[in-house]
Amino acid sequence: MFDVKDLYQEIIVDHNRSPRNFGALADADRTLEGYNPLCGDRLNLYLKLDGGRIADLRFDGSGCAISVASASLMTEAMKGRSIDEAKQLFESFHALVTGNRAAADASQLGKLAALAGVRDYPARVKCATLCWHTLNSALAGAHTPVSTE
Amino acid sequence: MSTRPAPRGTTTPRLDVERLRADFPILERRVHGKPLAYLDNAATSQKPRQVIEAVERCYREYNSNIHRGVHTLSMEATAEYEAARGRIRQFIGAASDREIVFTRGTTEAINLVAQSWARSRLKAGDEILITTMEHHSNIVPWQMVCAQTGAKLKVAPIDGRGELIMEEFTRLLSPATRLVAVAHVSNALGTINPVAELARLAKQHGALVLVDGAQAVPHLPVDVRELGCDFYAFSGHKLFGPTGIGVLWGREALLEDMPPWQGGGDMIKAVTFERTVYNDLPHKFEAGTPDISGAIGLGAAVQYVQAAGLDAIAAWEHELLHYATGAALTVRGLRIIGTAPEKCGVLSFVLDFIHPHDLGTILDHEGVAVRTGHHCAMPVMDRFGIPATARASFAFYNTRAEVDRLISGIEKAREVFA
Repeated sequence: MFDVKDLYQEIIVDHNRSPRNFGALADADRTLEGYNPLCGDRLNLYLKLDGGRIADLRFDGSGCAISVASASLMTEAMKGRSIDEAKQLFESFHALVTGNRAAADASQLGKLAALAGVRDYPARVKCATLCWHTLNSALAGAHTPVSTE
Repeated sequence: MSTRPAPRGTTTPRLDVERLRADFPILERRVHGKPLAYLDNAATSQKPRQVIEAVERCYREYNSNIHRGVHTLSMEATAEYEAARGRIRQFIGAASDREIVFTRGTTEAINLVAQSWARSRLKAGDEILITTMEHHSNIVPWQMVCAQTGAKLKVAPIDGRGELIMEEFTRLLSPATRLVAVAHVSNALGTINPVAELARLAKQHGALVLVDGAQAVPHLPVDVRELGCDFYAFSGHKLFGPTGIGVLWGREALLEDMPPWQGGGDMIKAVTFERTVYNDLPHKFEAGTPDISGAIGLGAAVQYVQAAGLDAIAAWEHELLHYATGAALTVRGLRIIGTAPEKCGVLSFVLDFIHPHDLGTILDHEGVAVRTGHHCAMPVMDRFGIPATARASFAFYNTRAEVDRLISGIEKAREVFA
């Protein structure tokens, strides 16, 4: 039996209440919307690149605690990373929340490991991965909004 | 039913909720170690053993195809299938069994009218009038038929309580209005629409009226002839029957004039490569082998509901909604979405400290099942400027104790998020 506090750990509640890097980025190179039509979560991601590195990353929008905390933690974890490192972290995070423990590189994940509880809630995995898919598409140069469906 | 105290009719007997609950095996389930409090009845209802046994008996004792064989099983299956049709006819006050068409559900029933009646008759300049509170299944089929015919879709707005604005509805009616398609009860808000009055107004302009009754038939006595509508659609699974079966009622003269929608077996009298003669009503609209056990299960569900008594059901659900509304209003930061004076047992709400999805997960841990999201009514969410709500929706087997568990679950969510 799962304890609901395994899902809503203190760090998630905190990042939901006070999301980091929240608000538009005036000089963003790329802006992309992520949308989950099933639950109405809608996030905008603002990305600034500098020579193949993520110089700045911010977001705004509205969503459940899982999607907001995931976006907040992601912006913290991604700043300063190269595009290749960002992609590796995406893979590792995806493995973490879909329960593929072998592929989830704990040394890379740091605070993101707090979202591991999501793997026990299949209906909520898309909440946690919405911003990540949006970033992945933005890094690939996509312009059309990302939808989970 | 309204949120005002229930009218105390002298003849309405009180529902024996505990006795009825015992008929529903699933209500004994535990979820995350807690007894299930099933408050998602607007999504689908649970099934009494009378329905489960009717379906099982069909497969154990007389499973066979209908309207075909001369053998005993086929005749028994046909008799049971048609008996179910008769029960449903009587349940909604229809004039004849020929007016009862079995479909897969409300959605298919509405699509049938859209593709048979509307597609063959509408043209550019014609209008279909719906309301803001419609379920997607009473929006999208009309958008599709408008694209096919050049007709226009008009939408009558609702006010801040979730009530249809009658002046706007009346203003939107014109001789161009060919069809009014409206929910009897809103799935997202619980609002009961004044369908008889809407039908009367529509008739003044010669428009037909289709009523989406999916959320009404499990909770209110419905008489299609009293309502004065032309089509009435509902689903079995919200009425304590099986999934995959539903009903379209239509006035016989209208159905008679409509072209078949799907072609195949059972909907024909004679087929040659030169010419096919279609079958009589209602079989003209029932191509292929239907959901035989589903129809029989729905017949059993209708019998069950009638035995319990819809007046008694309506009175109890009214009381429960009144109790739940009062309890919800004591929760700090809770806002009810849908506060129409005439309401069925739907409590849709948002909280200022937690998103509906997080609440849904925490309530699930308490064994309390509610729906969270847009409830297939995105325009309603847009109207209220919210992405989603949490929705508790009641059936006659729900209790005050279950409402109490909903409220304490919300308080538990506050602790997690405080």
